[in-house]
Amino acid sequence: MSEPSTTIIPSTPQLTKSAWFGYVAAVVLQIFLSAPLYAAADELRGVTIADPYLELHTGPGRGYPIFHVVDRGESVDIVMQRTDWYLVRADNGKEGWVDREQMELTLQPDGRQVSFARASIEDFTNAKWETGILAGDFGGANIISLYGSYSLNPNIAVELWGSQILGNFSNGWMASANIVHEAWPEWRVSPFFTLGAGVIHTKPKSTIIQGEDRDDQIGHVGAGFRVYATRRFLLRAEYKSYVVFTSRDENEEVEEWKVGFAFFF
Amino acid sequence: MESRFRVLFLIVAMISLSGCAATKNLFGFGSREAPPPTSEPPGQVIDPAVERREIKEPAIDREDFEFGAFAGIMSIEDFGTDLSYGLRLAYHITEGFFVETTAGYSRAGYTSFEVLSGGAEIISDSERDLYYYNLNVGYNILPGEVFLGEGHAYNTSLYLIGGLGSTTFAGDDRFTVNFGAGYRFLLSDSVALHIDFRDHLFDIDLLGEEKTAHNLEGHLGFTVFF
Repeated sequence: MSEPSTTIIPSTPQLTKSAWFGYVAAVVLQIFLSAPLYAAADELRGVTIADPYLELHTGPGRGYPIFHVVDRGESVDIVMQRTDWYLVRADNGKEGWVDREQMELTLQPDGRQVSFARASIEDFTNAKWETGILAGDFGGANIISLYGSYSLNPNIAVELWGSQILGNFSNGWMASANIVHEAWPEWRVSPFFTLGAGVIHTKPKSTIIQGEDRDDQIGHVGAGFRVYATRRFLLRAEYKSYVVFTSRDENEEVEEWKVGFAFFF
Repeated sequence: MESRFRVLFLIVAMISLSGCAATKNLFGFGSREAPPPTSEPPGQVIDPAVERREIKEPAIDREDFEFGAFAGIMSIEDFGTDLSYGLRLAYHITEGFFVETTAGYSRAGYTSFEVLSGGAEIISDSERDLYYYNLNVGYNILPGEVFLGEGHAYNTSLYLIGGLGSTTFAGDDRFTVNFGAGYRFLLSDSVALHIDFRDHLFDIDLLGEEKTAHNLEGHLGFTVFF
């Protein structure tokens, strides 16, 4: 294992904005450049080829040419994985990328077949955590939302949302918590209902003379779909109807439509 | 409260409470799993199923994330061109698709009007700082290899990205659509150089009438996979 290189940090006491940026970037790069050296050495997994041969591609993709084959009975070490491709090192030191289907045909040192754990539609139903990004229309304004979700069981989840609202006349932020109920979580296209509450902060645009910043409470109901796409990836579309409890005489109602994607883990 | 909200609320309440079999599992109440079938005859000593041990993926070093920094130039419509820099984080979903978020900074200069009028400023000094963030989907449209001399081959990819986000500029947050293309040059299996060209579009009405501003950015980046 090679020693990590050292970064010399200049001892200038007054850091300007750009110097701060460079400093942070140097530290971050140092962390990420030195970390894989340890990880690769610790986590090499040896497997033996059971198929007639194992094809090593020059890159992690279908189009990259095969430049080396390892014969049946020889073994390779798994260095790392990227998407569905595995970087392996043969006994003669050659490194190349092998796709998942071929890796599944290799054997462990004790002779048993290797099976690589893979996210599937069962994980889509049973995964505890989920996070995603949605965008759409919030009463005529644009909205961009980030959410995190925790499943109490396959049917019920609690979610936290943070949204930025960008309109023609005002901008704002919204934070809310809600409960999601999925009646058929095992379906690939799984409908859900949701109910929640939160706060909205509205700020008129700087070109609007009248108006002041406002904070209001909100309540909402909604419905939508979660659609399993691939691996840990899902698509999500939803409609929500909001009531903004304003300090004026009448409450506001806002309709929201959003689509986006999410990951479960 | 208007009746639509009430009707929607009632629908949700009815579905949740009307004996829907799913709700009984809330907080772990109810029987989660049926008892195992007792079809196995007593006294069986040989288990015919061959155990198939799994290599858990977390034990293998997964490098699907890509993080790095970039620096370049950004042309802010009507406000000249200045340096831009920022950070990017990408997650590779398949060998083709990835999602990416970028956050960047640039600074606006002076419009022709401000220069010619000799001192009249349209926006204040602090409002000339431009910050943006974007959430993008990308696709590696032309993956390939390049060769330097006889002994070196590097993996590369030309990719397209598109997405949306927000730009804070001239006193307001502005909904921003951005799209562009980039070139990823992998120095090793875990370290890459990028060249990116992007167009950030947002609406602005600072100079009289509302228009869609095209703000072109070109930058060089450095990323590592982890």
